[in-house]
Amino acid sequence: MTRVPLLSAQGLNVRYGAIQAVRGIELSINEGEIVTFLGANGAGKSSTLNALVGLVPVAEGRVLFDDQDITDLAPERLTPMGLTLAPEGRRVFGGLTVEENLRMGAYAVNDVDRRMAAWDMVYDLFPILHERRKQFAGTLSGGQQQMLAIGRALMCGPRLLLLDEPSLGLAPKIVGQIFDLIALLRERDVTLGIVEQNVAMALEVADRGYVMAAGRVVATGTAEELRQTDRLRAAYLGEE
Amino acid sequence: MDLFVQQTVNALALGGTYALLALGLAVVFSIMGLINFAHGELMTISGYTLMYCGILGVPFVVSVPLAILAAVLAAVAMERIAFRPVRGGSGATMLITSFAVAMILQVLFQNLISARSQAVALPQILSQSVHLGNVIIGVNKIAAIVATVLMLIFLDRFMNRQKTGIAMRAAAEDFAVARLMGIRANTVIAGAFAISGLLAGVAAVLWVSQRASVDPLMGFTPVLKAFIAAILGGLGSLRGAVAGGFMLGFIEVYLAAFLPQEFQEFREPIGLGLVVLILLFRPNGMIPSRFLGSIKV
Repeated sequence: MTRVPLLSAQGLNVRYGAIQAVRGIELSINEGEIVTFLGANGAGKSSTLNALVGLVPVAEGRVLFDDQDITDLAPERLTPMGLTLAPEGRRVFGGLTVEENLRMGAYAVNDVDRRMAAWDMVYDLFPILHERRKQFAGTLSGGQQQMLAIGRALMCGPRLLLLDEPSLGLAPKIVGQIFDLIALLRERDVTLGIVEQNVAMALEVADRGYVMAAGRVVATGTAEELRQTDRLRAAYLGEE
Repeated sequence: MDLFVQQTVNALALGGTYALLALGLAVVFSIMGLINFAHGELMTISGYTLMYCGILGVPFVVSVPLAILAAVLAAVAMERIAFRPVRGGSGATMLITSFAVAMILQVLFQNLISARSQAVALPQILSQSVHLGNVIIGVNKIAAIVATVLMLIFLDRFMNRQKTGIAMRAAAEDFAVARLMGIRANTVIAGAFAISGLLAGVAAVLWVSQRASVDPLMGFTPVLKAFIAAILGGLGSLRGAVAGGFMLGFIEVYLAAFLPQEFQEFREPIGLGLVVLILLFRPNGMIPSRFLGSIKV
């Protein structure tokens, strides 16, 4: 069974000046999958995600989304195509209300019906956001801000949503809620790419994963395979 | 008491004009990190438009919107031609670019129009005044206050209700994430310049209607004052710009009116001394922007 992946990267390199953060990695995400990117701090996971959505330039390599070359496209061009990222650290617009944040999420959606459907879906998934819709996002708790960040990214009706460290800095109970939500998103046919420090949780929801170390992919396989391999532990302990 | 009321009206009129100019600077600064010193030349362009309209016999009700439109178009053109190529450059690069734009325009005005001050024909009504008891208030002062209030209401509605306005607030806070929403950098920045041009245009009409003349350097002093007002209020903060503009207007008018005669020649340094004093206690301005350090495009 071969199918064309929704997103793929070939020989992806990312550099910040003299520092090479990502060294020629290959990856693919198929429609309907949840794929996780694991590895220690500084392994190049966030850089990979940021390069996929055009937030940092791709030094070498190619990125294909839905069979189109998107390597050099700016993030604002990718959102209407159905590719977006909920960035690390939530980064909600603190000076905007919850409602305004979500409205910005749907900025690129011109179709009224699609926009209404997005509002319904997000308020249905996160009743708390509806309750707090008039409140400034900066006054929400960390967990609520993360829900808002994910909700905001969902407002554009993405075909592929990339989540960068959705559980970062959240209380364990809230982390559980976020992962429950990720499982819910799969039922709604959203394809997901997740960078995560919480390996156990990530492998529980994911179909497949990539383990990264020092800018390279050092192991890949199904979630089940990765749970059993030593490469995962090695990658975290810095043994190459 | 009558003198006090009268001077308060004057302070509101002058402060309102400063507030509009400071807002124009703040809208662009909050989004791009650029302090546009060529903002004053937008005013001058409006002033010359009023002058030429007067010469051609265009009715004032038509020439005012034309003058404002000229400033909006000039602001958008300025962004497209001068500031887009240096976007993402350092603050110093953009600042020097804005000085260059200002100087080029000043030289063009001097050579193509006149180095001397030119009279602007204004309708009679603007130089008349209204008597309220013992208080005499100029129609131009009332017009300035009304125009300022209307502009502030318009801007508040625009920034809080319109999609583009909300996008500008979002972009001022976190440009990278705004782009992830599909918000285009060019749209937001051109929008910010258009708004700043609108504010400069309205301020120019108010400024000219107090003086009935225009010269190549007309915009320099008010924009310098507006810059002080923006710093006083909190650079990058829109509310701060309004507060700073009014504060500066009040300081200047009250000092001119109530400072004893022998101190009058020290009016400006005393006024600026008060500004420094306020900044000593509130170094980030009266209403600081929360996103001053945020990364711009």
